[in-house]
Amino acid sequence: MPFLDAQDWAAVWLTLQLATTVTILLLIVGTPIAWWLAHTRSRLRGIVSALVAMPLVLPPTVLGFYLLLLMGPNGPIGQLTQALGIGLLPFSFGGLVIASTFYSMPFVVQPVQNAIEAIGPRPLEVAATLRASPWDTFWTVVVPLARPGFLTAAILGFAHTVGEFGVVLMIGGNIPGVTRVISVQIFDRVEAMEYAQAHWLAGGMVAFSFTVLLLLYTLNPQARRSRAHG
Amino acid sequence: MKRLLAICLFGFAALAHADEVKVAVAANFTAPMQKIAAEFEKASGHKAVVATGSTGAFYAQIKNGAPFEVFLAADDETPAKLESEGFAAKGSRFTYAVGKLVLWSSKPGFVDADGNVLKKGAFERLALANPKTAPYGAAAIEALKKLGLHEGVQAKLVQGETITQAYQFVASGNADLGFVALSLIWKDGAIASGSAWVLPADLYSPIRQDAVLLSKGAAQPAAQALMQFLKGEAARAIIKSYGYAL
Repeated sequence: MPFLDAQDWAAVWLTLQLATTVTILLLIVGTPIAWWLAHTRSRLRGIVSALVAMPLVLPPTVLGFYLLLLMGPNGPIGQLTQALGIGLLPFSFGGLVIASTFYSMPFVVQPVQNAIEAIGPRPLEVAATLRASPWDTFWTVVVPLARPGFLTAAILGFAHTVGEFGVVLMIGGNIPGVTRVISVQIFDRVEAMEYAQAHWLAGGMVAFSFTVLLLLYTLNPQARRSRAHG
Repeated sequence: MKRLLAICLFGFAALAHADEVKVAVAANFTAPMQKIAAEFEKASGHKAVVATGSTGAFYAQIKNGAPFEVFLAADDETPAKLESEGFAAKGSRFTYAVGKLVLWSSKPGFVDADGNVLKKGAFERLALANPKTAPYGAAAIEALKKLGLHEGVQAKLVQGETITQAYQFVASGNADLGFVALSLIWKDGAIASGSAWVLPADLYSPIRQDAVLLSKGAAQPAAQALMQFLKGEAARAIIKSYGYAL
């Protein structure tokens, strides 16, 4: 039975790079959004919440199809990136990172938002009376108290990006080492009727997903309270 | 559900001997098949339910109990494989269409009549179907190798999972040009939009697309009728009008 070949390993490595990049980016971008959603009384709250949660219900093909059109040469994003000299995003690693960031957004924003909401206003008020700046408060009060939420967010964001398929299929172009992630590689193996190699990768994904979720729920029992609805 | 369908169909049976045939159709043959199905329904009174997708995916599904009775593949290997593995009726295979490969761009004037655009290399992305799984993709690689351009364009290739996805990459402008099936861009005897080069037949092995009667349909009149209909003049005329050879 053939074990993973160089192509499979390239896909595994690429997927890990993609998931790591996206997770870091999402923690940076998602935290302010989660913070805002947890505290705002703006009427926009509902709209932003809905936008963030959309990838949970939209078929990935819809997201992928529209991203392909928006990031294409005739789309607004495509025209912007071309004007900036970046070129077109589809079929590039950068394009996958951006698409995955949208796609995995709710898995990061929602746990962080729930964790911040669970802290409540009191510790923040106390910190303020002790003359902590908002920046200080964030790092010394919010982050430690919301740590389980951040951990859940990071793990779910990472795992969900690893499991991404439809979006990548639509905008990736299946380029080895650039956009051919594990899920696409599995699909190719199945399509090419190379079931033995498909099993190694697919079985690996099952083991990976189970391990990650097991870690999440054993190391971080509070995750149950602050997990995403996905 | 099946029983309900049977009761419904029994009601119509008085009018015509109506029966339903489920057909799995390769993605590149979607448009002609819809037309053929309509004609078939008119001519026979049977109903044809058409599912389109990739040949490799259908193969896996058929082997795992998918309810298809007729399979129109994008190649000739998969139907042969299904037959030898006992999932299709022996001796029912035949070539219903021979695909033609074109180099196509959605931009008018981008692809010249001799395909010199490939040699010049003045493009960013060249789309094709996955050569490992799609016959049109394999044909494209074969042609590139014969032209001695394969190495040169390697870094510019982007793959769609099916030929229709390769088409979509080109149609949306994300790829400057790409290898697609002539059937996807052929309308009423001409290239429908953009610019194209129909590759000479000696650049790639013929893309024979075979149909096969699956075991589930072997004894079913509607499935047998559809197989017959595909060989008939009416169907052949439709197939030719989409730019396939026969």
